Amino acid sequence: MRLEGIAAQVFSMAAALVLAPLLAGWVGQCRAWLQNRRAPPLLQPFRTLHKLFHKEAVMAHEASPLYRAAPYVVFACMLLAGMIVPTLSTDLPLAPAADAIALVGLFALARLFISLAAMDVGTAFGTMGARREMLIGFLAEPALLMVLFTASLLSSSTSLARIVESVSRQELAILPSLAFAGVAFTMVSLAENARIPVDNPATHLELTMIHEALVLEYSGRHLALLEWAAALKLFAYSCTGIALFFPWGVAHARDHVALALALPVLVAKLAAGGVFLALIETTLAKMRIFRVPEFLATAFLLGVLALLVHMLLGA
Amino acid sequence: MSIQLVNLFASALLLLAFAMLSQRRIVRLINLFALQGVALVASTLTMAYATGQSHLYWSAAINGVLKVIVLPWILHRLIRRLNVKWDIETLINIPMMMLVGIVLVVFAFNLALPISQFSQSIARGTLGIALACVLMSFLMMITRSKAVPQVIGFLSMENGLFFAATSATYGMPMVVELGIALDVLVGMVILGVFMFQIREQFDSLDIHHLEKLREE
Repeated sequence: MRLEGIAAQVFSMAAALVLAPLLAGWVGQCRAWLQNRRAPPLLQPFRTLHKLFHKEAVMAHEASPLYRAAPYVVFACMLLAGMIVPTLSTDLPLAPAADAIALVGLFALARLFISLAAMDVGTAFGTMGARREMLIGFLAEPALLMVLFTASLLSSSTSLARIVESVSRQELAILPSLAFAGVAFTMVSLAENARIPVDNPATHLELTMIHEALVLEYSGRHLALLEWAAALKLFAYSCTGIALFFPWGVAHARDHVALALALPVLVAKLAAGGVFLALIETTLAKMRIFRVPEFLATAFLLGVLALLVHMLLGA
Repeated sequence: MSIQLVNLFASALLLLAFAMLSQRRIVRLINLFALQGVALVASTLTMAYATGQSHLYWSAAINGVLKVIVLPWILHRLIRRLNVKWDIETLINIPMMMLVGIVLVVFAFNLALPISQFSQSIARGTLGIALACVLMSFLMMITRSKAVPQVIGFLSMENGLFFAATSATYGMPMVVELGIALDVLVGMVILGVFMFQIREQFDSLDIHHLEKLREE
């Protein structure tokens, strides 16, 4: 464990904490522009967080300690996920602790806690949201694993840092398996981050909401942590996508110049990704909840196809 | 580079086969069939360019005219005159069909692996994909209850066979290819007439009516 590695790790964490709400704000802005509305300022998520942190946290009388602990657990999971994914440098001391499969496990842990907490208070909406979240989660997880397996097979390692290193050092080639995996990953991240074809993040309509139903009972600093965690989740997913499919510009070990350059490159990639996400959200319509299994089955199918095509063609 | 391109088009063929399997609307099914034709033509052209086999250009041209332009046009006219647009009913539900499709792909890949060892072609790895396309077209013909999707399944099976021929052995002799092209065209015309007859007899294109014997 060297000092440089620790510095890179701390730098990555700070970048994750700051860039995650910025990304959420940027997506919101792009959406507003595309829909001919007046856009909220870029720093709006920070203002919301600031406001929520200064408000009193109201709790239900029957709330158990689990309800109180859940926001912290979810936030910690998402922050750790953001730190494992090699966003700026592949030389991360935390990276050997968790590989791609553990990353999926982290997301699952967060999902478990938020669902339990939503059921804990015993309101109808919380229970409904928890059920839907679990439905989406158990369908999205195998598809995500298939995508990660494909990338792991390409670089013969499940460690995300290794995958990034080997993919970015490879010469440019057309890899049909990665193309399939990329589409599957996009579909999974739309479902996991409660984005439009699956869930609308901007609505509190009773019958359709999923993510909002889960956090409906929370207020004050708990809600702030959950909102921040949601932004961090979007950030972690975007960075995983960038790491797997566009890893150029990430600094390798002991490369100080590249580390300084990695941040602008990452910001540019995230900005492009945000525009892409806003485009998807504006052009697609939200689908019925009963169509979601079909949507995610398609993602799983694409993931499996990526795996099979890689085995057959070696590409 | 050209091998990578052929691989890419082969993967596109496989993806389109799955898309056709899961498609609910008949107009989109025909468009997907035309797209599959485009992918086939593109891969054949790449093969022709990479290997310098000039007869592959000819077969690409025949395929382009027949499968991208003529057959989709006939099919579009047919469904307009039969007035079926919202027609597709599958016998098993679509996610289930995709899972069966994955099993078929695994089966085809395993089956093709030892066979492709004997081939000298640069794109022998894609034989498995061609086989998978053929099997998936079979699946489509089995699981669709109406006549028009079954015909499209039959036509896309020919796509798979043609791709198998180009990927394993750089295409068939010209006479055979011309014969097959003519066969497909004539088959399409006959099947079109047949569909009109079915509808006139039973007021529906559901081929299950053909299974019952009438007692008169």
